Amino acid sequence: MVRVDGFDGSSDLINVRGLDKKYYRGGEEIHVLQGLNLDVEPGEFIAFMGPSGSGKTTLLNLLGGLDVPSAGSITVAGDEITHMSRGKLTQWRARHVGFVFQMYNLIPVLTAFQNVELPLLLTKLSKAHRRQHVETALALVGLQDRMSHYPRQLSGGQEQRVTIARAIVSDPTFLLCDEPTGDLDRKSADEIMELILRLVKEYKKTVLMVTHDPVVAESANTTLHLEKGALVEAGAPESAMSGGAR
Amino acid sequence: MAIPVVYNLRSVRARWLSAVVAVFGIAGTVGVFVAMMSLARGFQATLVSSGSPSNAIVLRAGSGSEMSGSVTLDQVRIIEDAPGVARAADGPLVTPEVVVVAAFPLRSTGTDANVQVRGVSPKALQVRSNVKIVEGRFFQPGLAELVVGRNVNGTYAGLNLGDSVNFGGGTWRVIGVFDAGGSAFDSEVWCDAHVLNQIYHRPDNIFQSVTARLTSPDALHQLKDALSADPRMNVDVSSELNYYANQSTVLTQVIQVLGGFIAIIMGIGAVFGALNTMYSAVAERGREIATMRALGFGAGSIIFSFMIEALLIAAAGGALGCLAVLPVNGFTTGTLNFQTFSHLAFAFKITPVLLAAGIGFALIMGLVGGLPPAIRAARRPVASALRGL
Amino acid sequence: MKFRGLIFANLFRKKTRLVLTLGSFAVALFLFSLLALVRQAFGAGVDVAGVDRLVVINRVSIIQPLPFSYRDRILHMRGVKRVTFDNWFGGVYQDQKNGFPQFAVDIENQRDVFPELAVPDDQWQAFVKDRQGAIVGASTAKRFGFKVGDHIPIQGTIFQGTWDFNIDGIYHGKRPGDDETQFWFQWKYLEERFPDAMKGQVGWYYVQVENPDDSVHIAKAIDAEFANSPYETHTDTEKAFAASFAKQIGNIGFLVLAIGSIVFFTLLLVTGNTMAISVRERMGELAVLKAVGYSDRFVMLLVLAESLIIAAVGGGLGLGLAKGFAAAIPFTPLKNILPFSYLPTGVFFVGLAMALLFGVASGFLPAVSGLRLRVVDALRRV
Repeated sequence: MVRVDGFDGSSDLINVRGLDKKYYRGGEEIHVLQGLNLDVEPGEFIAFMGPSGSGKTTLLNLLGGLDVPSAGSITVAGDEITHMSRGKLTQWRARHVGFVFQMYNLIPVLTAFQNVELPLLLTKLSKAHRRQHVETALALVGLQDRMSHYPRQLSGGQEQRVTIARAIVSDPTFLLCDEPTGDLDRKSADEIMELILRLVKEYKKTVLMVTHDPVVAESANTTLHLEKGALVEAGAPESAMSGGAR
Repeated sequence: MAIPVVYNLRSVRARWLSAVVAVFGIAGTVGVFVAMMSLARGFQATLVSSGSPSNAIVLRAGSGSEMSGSVTLDQVRIIEDAPGVARAADGPLVTPEVVVVAAFPLRSTGTDANVQVRGVSPKALQVRSNVKIVEGRFFQPGLAELVVGRNVNGTYAGLNLGDSVNFGGGTWRVIGVFDAGGSAFDSEVWCDAHVLNQIYHRPDNIFQSVTARLTSPDALHQLKDALSADPRMNVDVSSELNYYANQSTVLTQVIQVLGGFIAIIMGIGAVFGALNTMYSAVAERGREIATMRALGFGAGSIIFSFMIEALLIAAAGGALGCLAVLPVNGFTTGTLNFQTFSHLAFAFKITPVLLAAGIGFALIMGLVGGLPPAIRAARRPVASALRGL
Repeated sequence: MKFRGLIFANLFRKKTRLVLTLGSFAVALFLFSLLALVRQAFGAGVDVAGVDRLVVINRVSIIQPLPFSYRDRILHMRGVKRVTFDNWFGGVYQDQKNGFPQFAVDIENQRDVFPELAVPDDQWQAFVKDRQGAIVGASTAKRFGFKVGDHIPIQGTIFQGTWDFNIDGIYHGKRPGDDETQFWFQWKYLEERFPDAMKGQVGWYYVQVENPDDSVHIAKAIDAEFANSPYETHTDTEKAFAASFAKQIGNIGFLVLAIGSIVFFTLLLVTGNTMAISVRERMGELAVLKAVGYSDRFVMLLVLAESLIIAAVGGGLGLGLAKGFAAAIPFTPLKNILPFSYLPTGVFFVGLAMALLFGVASGFLPAVSGLRLRVVDALRRV
C-alpha cells in the first residue's frame, strides 16, 4: 500500500516524512523537493514520473542514501537513514539497496561475472559461495553464457541485465532503478521490464523506478507524479491527498 | 589545411595541470643538463684561460707536468738567449718556476686542502700579462712574501692580506692579492722562486718549469726547433695554452660523459612524462579530434597540430630549465686538479651555445614525446571516436 | 586477496600508460642508483678504510716526503702494531691517459697491514723474491689484460724512464668496494734509482694500531713526536684521510643530492599527474563502487594500492637494471670514470623505500579526491 499523505502505515517498508532538498547552483537556490511524504509497503513496484528537473533522480538518490536531505526523514525497515554517518550509510547501502542506472555503469575493465561479484566482495562469503550467487543472478537475467564477456562485448540490453544482476546478487531490501530503459530500443526495453516484473512477482522484490516512458510506467503497480517537488498519484490526482492507491 | 595554433594554446590552458607537469619534467632535465655542461665548460675555461698562446712552457722531456719537471739554471740561461723569446728593456721575458703544494684549511669545511704554491721570477707579471695585482703589492725579490690569487683569498682561512703563515719550515707574509682573470692562477699562491727553494732546502739552481713570453704565437716553432737542436737541452716545449688545456681534458670529459649520461636517462623519464601527458590529451579529446576529422581536417593536420602542442610544452620546459639554472652562472666551486694534486677553484660557465643546446634537447624530448600520441590521434577511426566517450 | 581482480583490472586498463608510468619509476630508481654509484666512486675509500690504520704524511703536503728513520721511531711508540710505508710512483702504461695508482710498497708489512687485499701465498712468495716483481689489483688487471707472468713496461713521470715489471700476482678485495686498481712493486727497486736528494725518504707511512679506540690518541702522539723537526707530520685515521681527500674533489654529495631531488620532484609530478588523470577518467566507476556499498576508505585504498604496485614494480625494475648496469661498467667506456662499480646493498633498500614513499605520495592526492568524491555528483557527470 503506497501512501503519499504522511499518515503512518503499520506494515510499511519505507517511510518518508517532510522531505526537503535544496541545491545552490550559480548562487541561486533551487528547491527541488518540498515536504514530500511517501510510504511504501514491501513488494510494491512504484514508477516515478515527471518533467525534467522535477526532482525524480534527487528523490531516488535520497532514498538510496547517496545524498542527504536538507530536512525531513527517511526510514527504511525501521532504520532512520537521514542521520547516519557516511560510513554507516555506505554499509547500509551495501546491505539494503540495489541500484540500476540508465547508463548501466558497469566497470569496463571487469567481466560480467566480476561486475556482478563486486557487491559480494564486501561480504564474508567464500569464493565458492560467491560464484554460486553470481551464477544464479546471471542465470536469472538470462546471461549465464555471457559471464566472461566484457561490457563492451555486450549489447545495451545485455549490459542493463548485468546491472540488474549486480543489483539483486546481494539480495537487497529494495531496488532503485533510474531510467533503466532510457538508453534502450523498444524491444530491449520490453525485455528489461519483463525482467523487473518477474523480480517483483516471483521474487517479491520492492522496486522504485524513475522513468520518462509512460509505456514502461504502466508495468508498475503504482505511478506517482512529481510536481513542484511533491508527489501526486497518476490518473487520480483527486485521491492523492486522501491516500488509497492501486 | 592547418588547425589554428590558438586551438592548441586553448587546449593547453584547459588541461593546464598536466601541461605544467610535463613542462616541469622537461625543465628539470634541461636544467640538470645545462648545469652539468656548464660545470665542465667552466672547469675547461678556467684552465684554458690560464695559458696564453703567446707563452711557451718548457719542461724536462717526458715529465708531462711541472710537478715532476726539472730544469737547471744553465738551461734557463739557454732559453733566455733562444730565438723567439720576447725581450723587454731589462732583459728576456722568462720566468723559471718551482711549485710546491701546501695544505691550508678551507673556509667552508675547515678541512685542509692543497694549495699550489708557485715560486716565480720577479718578471712573472710581465710574462703573464693576464695577471694583475689588485690589492697590496707584488713580492720583493729575496723576501719571504706571498701574493695570493683572488680565489685563494676567499677559499682558505688565514691567507688574508697582512696575515703571517707558516709552511715548509718558514714564516711568510701575505702582501698582495692578484687577479688572474678567472684562470687557474687565481687558485695559486705566488712567491719568489729563490726564497721558496731556500726555505724548502732545495738546490737553488734547479727549477721545475720555465715559461717564456714569445715574440708572437708563431715563434713557438722557432723556439722549439732551437731548443731541440741544442745538445745541452733535454726538454719539451709546448704552448702554454695547450699545456693547460690538456690538464682540463680528463676531468672535463668525466663531467661531460657523466652529465650527458644522467641527462639522457632523465630525458627518457621526461619523455615518458610527456608521452603520458600527450596520450591523455589525445584520449580526453577523442571526440574533438573526430569532429575535426569529420569537418575535413586531414590526418596530417591532426598530427601537425599535436606536434605543435608537444613542442610548445617542450619549448616552455626548455626555457624554464634554462632560466632556472642561469643564477648558477659564475657560481664558484672547486675541485682537486689531479695533475697538480692541488685544489682548483672554478665557476659554472653558462654560454649561449649551452642554452641553445638545452632548448634543442627539450625540443627533441617534445618531438619524441609528442609524435606517437599524435599518430594515435590521427589513426583513430572517425566514426567510432564520435560515438565513443 | 579477493580484490586482486579489481586492482589488476584497473592496473592494466591502459597498457601504454602503465608501461610509461612503470618506466618513469624505473628511470628514477635507475638514476638514484647511478648517483649512489657516483657518490660511492668519488667517496671511495671512506667506506672501506681500515679502522685500525692511521696515515702519516708530511705536514706541509702529501707530496713532501718523510725520512725513512721515522719508521722505527713510530714502531716503538705505545699501541703501534705495525708500520708500513709507500711511495707514489705516478707512472703510465703505454699512453698518458692510462694512469692508475702505482705504489712502491714495503714488502715486509704490506700484506699484514692491508689484510683485506688478498694475494694468494704462492704469488706473494714469487713477488717477494722478484726484484722487479709487481702485484696488481684485479680491476686494473682486467682493464689492461695483465696476467701473471706478463712483463710490462711502465713510463715513469716523476721517476724518469721506462721501468720494467713482472706481474707476479693479482690481488682481490675481500669486501665489495675495496680498491682493486692499485699496482704494487718493491720499494727497494724504486730506491735503487732514487735521485740523491730523495735517498732515505719515503712518501708516507701507514700505521696499524693495536686497538682502534686508541687511534686518535696515537695520532696525536705521533705528531707530537715529530713536532718542531724539519719534517713535521700530519697523522689522521685512514677514514678521515680518505674523507678529506674526497672533499677536495668537490662537493659530490651536494651535487648528487641536488640532481637526485630534481629527479624525484619531477618523477613525483609526472606520476602524480598520471594517477590523477587515471582517477579522473573513472570518477563514474568509483561512484558506482560507492553506490553498491564500497566505503570511502576502500576507494582511497584501491587508488593507493594501484600507485604502490606501480612504484614497487617500476622501482624494482630500475634497481635491477642498475645492478646489471653496475656489473657491466667494466666493459664500457665509463670504466675510466667509475672504477668502483659497486652498488652497496643499502642503496637497494633505501631505493625501494623511496620508490614506495613516492608511490604513496603520488597516489595520495588522487586517492583523497577518490575519498571526497560525492556519488551523486560523479554519477551526474557520467
